[in-house]
Amino acid sequence: MPREGVLVHSIYERLNRDQMERIHGASMEILRHPGIICYNRDAADVFSSHGAKVTTDPAARCWQVSIPEALVLSVLNTTPKVVRLGARREENSLILDGGEPRVYFSSGSETNVWLDMRVETFVNKADHSIELELATFHQRRGMLADLCAAARLGEHLDNLDGFIRPVNIQDEDITEENKDVNKFFACLNNMTKHVMAGLTSLDRLDEVIRMAEIITDGEEELRRNPIISFITCVFKSPLQMVDDTTQKCIEVVRRGMPLVISASPQGGSTAPIKEDGMVAQINAEILCGIALSQLINPGTPVIYGSVPTRAGLDDLADSYGVPEFNHYNVDCVQMARFYGLPCYSTAGVADVKVPGIQATVEKLFSHIVIALSGAQYIHYAFGLLDKTATFCPVQAVLDDAHIGMVKSLLCAPKVDEAEVAASLEQIRKVMATPQKFFVRYIRPKLRSGEVTLPYPFEGDKAKDEVLLQAHKRVQELLQRPVEHIPPQTNEMIFREVPGILHRLNVYHEG
Amino acid sequence: MNDEVIEHIKQNVIQGRMDKEDEGFDGEMVGQPGVKELVQQALDEGIDPRRIVVKGLTEAMKIVGEKYEAKEYFIPDMLASAETVGAAMDILAPYLAASGVSPRGKVLMATVKGDLHDIGKNIVTIILKGAGYEVKDLGADVGPEQIVASVREEQPDLLGLSALLTTTMMAMKETIESLTQAGLRDKVKVIIGGAPISAEFAAEIGADGYGADAFHAVRIVGELQQSS
Repeated sequence: MPREGVLVHSIYERLNRDQMERIHGASMEILRHPGIICYNRDAADVFSSHGAKVTTDPAARCWQVSIPEALVLSVLNTTPKVVRLGARREENSLILDGGEPRVYFSSGSETNVWLDMRVETFVNKADHSIELELATFHQRRGMLADLCAAARLGEHLDNLDGFIRPVNIQDEDITEENKDVNKFFACLNNMTKHVMAGLTSLDRLDEVIRMAEIITDGEEELRRNPIISFITCVFKSPLQMVDDTTQKCIEVVRRGMPLVISASPQGGSTAPIKEDGMVAQINAEILCGIALSQLINPGTPVIYGSVPTRAGLDDLADSYGVPEFNHYNVDCVQMARFYGLPCYSTAGVADVKVPGIQATVEKLFSHIVIALSGAQYIHYAFGLLDKTATFCPVQAVLDDAHIGMVKSLLCAPKVDEAEVAASLEQIRKVMATPQKFFVRYIRPKLRSGEVTLPYPFEGDKAKDEVLLQAHKRVQELLQRPVEHIPPQTNEMIFREVPGILHRLNVYHEG
Repeated sequence: MNDEVIEHIKQNVIQGRMDKEDEGFDGEMVGQPGVKELVQQALDEGIDPRRIVVKGLTEAMKIVGEKYEAKEYFIPDMLASAETVGAAMDILAPYLAASGVSPRGKVLMATVKGDLHDIGKNIVTIILKGAGYEVKDLGADVGPEQIVASVREEQPDLLGLSALLTTTMMAMKETIESLTQAGLRDKVKVIIGGAPISAEFAAEIGADGYGADAFHAVRIVGELQQSS
């Protein structure tokens, strides 16, 4: 049985059918004219050989590609509508079904800053007998040990369904050559949930896949239970197919591994700020990437990856905490559904740099709305602050609790003949008692999870102790053991996959 | 055999299972005897009622309290367990009296005149009964005259008054003044509680104690009893 996630019983949609067809039509127009600028020769050749009009611009070392609608529609027929993401523990697998609004929440994605929280005591200047314990935050570069800790933490967060490394590893002995094997191993060895990541170096792709094959006991088992998947952002918006990420896309789909094909335009700078224009453009970019994948390897599992943001008005950086962000993303979820494809969407990023009220408001705003839209895989949902520049474990623990509440919010109502009969019986029983109190009937519902527990970080009386309690929770979760890769498998990985740093070997003594 | 039924009583109090119709935590216990049936069974087997109270009920409530402190249990669990103890005490009362054992004390409970909100008063009633007190509940919207008459007739150790509204809390003062005028004030300790009530207000109107919540109220009742 895969993870349950939450099956949204009544989805929120912004676009009606006519509007979706208009967006689709506009995307097809964009792909035809102006078309895309392609910096990858293999991709240009593939498009050319399948009927796209390709012209060369030698000066710019790129190709202008005009893609006809018929080509896009034909590949959509071969694109899988259901993608399975496996896991070391198979009960942690995820089934992403483009026809079913079952929502999974995931972390993400490669921040440079790790934000530690400390609890410090402050003394009142006027009255030294008054002391307050407060949270202070401290930034530092993310390291390999932090990624291991993030994975351990993620393993124990009940509502984290899939894992994307939330921190960029910046140790001195991490290079472009060994980064991929170390980041995948750090994740896989510290959690049993699905691990998804982008590739730093295409040269390491086969070694990463070999690592996964060793864990699953062979190539065939890995295809059946793909414990890893990849992400490629093939477009530099607007409409420019990047050489490096496009080549990574091509090589991953040649190997048949699950792949998120994403685009991340910014409304107002690299895409129109208007909702229709933004969505038409990102839809064109994603469909173009999906078309490439299916032309190379028909039927290869790909996921519609939409990460639209809006330009911040003060700095033109990505802005995630604004309503337009939700407009764009909900529309993209609908467009993926329009094609029957599973959607990798975005929610839970705060623009603010530290945990607190602003972070919670900004995060919940999109956590609720994007989940309600029925996106199958929501990334960025845990611990991200400062517009994806920072990962904070305390924030991740808070997000986990809030996402749990969102999942409860979105579950289907249980109203049928048997339920109503049980309620009538309960009301009659209670009315026959002297106190007329329903409290005792809470107990079984509390145990079955139908009734949500009190907010886990509530302090005593009038004190706000949310951050202090969440900090304690992080420490507690990090003390819990995780199921590492078994010793013999671990030994085989270290023997066959070069570049994994010795300090990641948990079985090594000394 | 005796120990077995006592252990069953204890486990059912911990789960707050009143009777055989109670589904239990996992929803699958319908048909199995609950506290009411088990206490009667224990009496039928000739078990000393004092042993039922000490080994079955009191030890169970101690565990319930520990689970609550550890945040494993919530208020509904405490109330359900206390309610089963209250029901058990109703069954045991005549047997205990015959053995010369009296309740921990007698408490009269009422929501004051003009106020129909009785949830708080009901919770305190359940918890007090679960703690071994004999409780007489006068109901909601109870005027000073009726309370005075009941105090005179029932001769309780304590009187608990509840109010939810700022507009009805002054009826507590009126009730205490009526007790004084009737010459009963020194015969009964008065404890008050409810959303708008504070320790300051309790002191201001001459109450003996204030319960911030149901569990606090039970502690205060115990303290007032010891001090009298």
